Amino acid sequence: MSSEDKDIDKVTGIDTTGHTWDGIRELNNPLPRWWLWTFYLTIIWGIGYTIAFPAWPMIRSATGGLLGYSTRAEVAADITRFEEANAEISAQLAAADLNTLAENEELQRFATSAGGAVFRNNCSQCHGSGAAGAIGYPNLLDDDWLWGGDFENVEYTIRHGIRNEEDWDARYSEMIAYDEVLTNEEVDQVVNHVLAISGQEHDATLASAGEGLFLDNCAACHGDAGLGNRDLGAPNLTDAIWLYGGDPVTLEETIRYARFGVMPPWGERLSEAEIKAVTAYVHQLGGGEE
Amino acid sequence: MGNYFKLAALGCITLFAAVAANWGRDVAYTVHAVIIMVIAGAMFLQVLRRIDEPVQQVATDGYMDDVVRAGVIATGFWGVVGFLVGVVIAFQLAFPALNFEFLQPYGNFGRLRPLHTSAVIFAFGGNALIMSSFYIVQRTCGARLWGGNLSWFVFWGYNLFIVLAATGYLLGATQSKEYAEPEWYVDIWLTIVWVAFLLVYLGTIFKRTEKHIYVANWFLLSFIITVAMLHIINNLSIPVSIWGSKSVQIFAGVQDAMTQWWYGHNAVGFFLTAGFLGMMYYFVPKQAGRPVYSYKLSIIHFWALIFLYIWAGPHHLHYTALPDWASTLGMVFSIILWMPSWGGMINGLMTLQGAWDKLRTDPIIRMMVISLAFYGMSTFEGPMMSIRAVNSLSHYTDWTIGHVHSGALGWNGMITFSAFYFLTPKLWGRAQMYSMSAINWHFWLATIGIILYAASMWVTGIMEGLMWREVDANGFLVNSFADTVSAKFPMYVVRGLGGVLYLSGALIMAWNMWMTIRGGVRLSAPVGVPAE
Repeated sequence: MSSEDKDIDKVTGIDTTGHTWDGIRELNNPLPRWWLWTFYLTIIWGIGYTIAFPAWPMIRSATGGLLGYSTRAEVAADITRFEEANAEISAQLAAADLNTLAENEELQRFATSAGGAVFRNNCSQCHGSGAAGAIGYPNLLDDDWLWGGDFENVEYTIRHGIRNEEDWDARYSEMIAYDEVLTNEEVDQVVNHVLAISGQEHDATLASAGEGLFLDNCAACHGDAGLGNRDLGAPNLTDAIWLYGGDPVTLEETIRYARFGVMPPWGERLSEAEIKAVTAYVHQLGGGEE
Repeated sequence: MGNYFKLAALGCITLFAAVAANWGRDVAYTVHAVIIMVIAGAMFLQVLRRIDEPVQQVATDGYMDDVVRAGVIATGFWGVVGFLVGVVIAFQLAFPALNFEFLQPYGNFGRLRPLHTSAVIFAFGGNALIMSSFYIVQRTCGARLWGGNLSWFVFWGYNLFIVLAATGYLLGATQSKEYAEPEWYVDIWLTIVWVAFLLVYLGTIFKRTEKHIYVANWFLLSFIITVAMLHIINNLSIPVSIWGSKSVQIFAGVQDAMTQWWYGHNAVGFFLTAGFLGMMYYFVPKQAGRPVYSYKLSIIHFWALIFLYIWAGPHHLHYTALPDWASTLGMVFSIILWMPSWGGMINGLMTLQGAWDKLRTDPIIRMMVISLAFYGMSTFEGPMMSIRAVNSLSHYTDWTIGHVHSGALGWNGMITFSAFYFLTPKLWGRAQMYSMSAINWHFWLATIGIILYAASMWVTGIMEGLMWREVDANGFLVNSFADTVSAKFPMYVVRGLGGVLYLSGALIMAWNMWMTIRGGVRLSAPVGVPAE
């Protein structure tokens, strides 16, 4: 920049660099002091921070930092802190008989809050965060149970799951798909019989024709009166609670193609205390049986 | 002779694309092959029909503005498309039923979301950058674009890339890397186009008649070069078959994640920051009619920015499998980056020294100021969110989405809109925009839209971060994930409304640009005088 190029901006009185591009000029203002000093400060802070914390890669590993900080250690410390604080009461819960849990108020409160957390992390994806279930996933708030609602049965279901391939002790039963067993007319008759015993609108002629078919094909599991059988996980068909739906279309689909709801086993994934806790949590939701 | 060569090349491409369409292993690949076959075939016929006509002499003096005009229109078009898809997916999140059954799988949120991000970043932002860099480099170098029709190849080639990327997403082709979703052959095509872009740009700078290179060109050049490097390295992959769209990344595990976020962060740094700073450094002084505030600041903040940005990527991977040392460095470089980023804001805002009164009278200046203000805000928010402790709250929440949008809608959007309002009358030889009050409407709709968007995402982001980490006295989690989702519903609706406002502003702009291009100025009655 030669001095004859020098050109003072009239508005600010600052000289310019003398270059012009498409009419754009540049003022020769210095760097704003606050900007420069803040920039220096962040650099100084950065150097200090990288000395204190793991930062610079070396040949075999990185510098560990003077504070010995590690994100993994931080999480592990958090977990250990809670586990230590809960160690005693967790051990007590793991060994407890759930049937007498109500006698120990403190343990019961702990079990319910721990079980709630286990439920929200592991069970809510299917059963809903409020445990009200969804189509194909049972509602756990009511007193209608497929496999039993006392502590032993709930715990067994959680530990081993239902119809899964991972756990040899999983609860198991299998409905037959009647699509190729019954004729279309017969399916219609069974549907109407089920509508009749569950107190819904139905065709009386078809329903009475379906009664015999029901006794021959369905009663082995669902019982002569359709009240279900908990040993086989066979639902009660006479109440208003339906796992997949009680309308004629859904009933026909269920009869033709059957259902095969699966629940994974949690025995391997959860600790003993967690299984007890989530059992107690589910049991106290509203439908727990003695 | 040249024409016969062209015919041979186009014929081969058409034939190859036909074979590829026949043997294609997936829908996206087959559809892409058909698109290429149709385009190459049409060009083949076009060349064939004119083969005996004498070559027309094309004017080669003066600036080459046709390609810039095409770029302005493409940018406006893609902007409206991108904002519209954004509004749709915002409401899909609030009302999942909008993932209509009859639109599956094409209209699913999962496929529309990359369509939205690519449409706004690459289609809208990319066309804006290419269009304005072609304009700026000619003006500030005092030279016509180098390479003849090569700049047209860049324009059409880039827009073909966008069409291939967008149709690929809808048809289910993606390599699952955020902002780098297009599959291998689309990546190769973009590489070719981008090298042509670099050649046009460098060629023009080499033949400049100005002695010095203007600061806007430093930023634009760093953007072009760095994006080429990022694009090539992050997309290194081996196709499963040359007749299919699927490919396998050469990096694996945390190396792949780190490469991806090195790319992702610098897509923000060099595409959305350095490139748009290049635009800012031209359009702000031109519109304000004032000199750039400080030459020294522009040098220091330019070099500091491009040196520091490239190291900041690891802050996207705090508390993951990434080693702590890399995460620390990402955070430290992000914080040191704060002032270099702000250098651009200071230089932009202080350029208005002596022209502040124009804020009252010139809605375009107002748009530039709000754009710089959002730039300053998001380049402060970014370093803050990179701090590990803050990140442990903000990461994976909607806060990140709000941060990105205050930058994208506020900074990138507003500076591009003001560039439109600057360029449209100049490129089509009009005195000014058709309606100045429509610019004002656009300004307020967009500003209120951004505020609704950013504020709702701050609220919902911080809320969900707090809900995720909430534990009771025994250390047990209080909320399930679904609880946090349902708690966000009202904020999702507010965010969607913000998007609607922003989109309506853009539609007003499109109308205003259309009317300006058609010619004429809307006569407005002076304020306070009743209409006769």
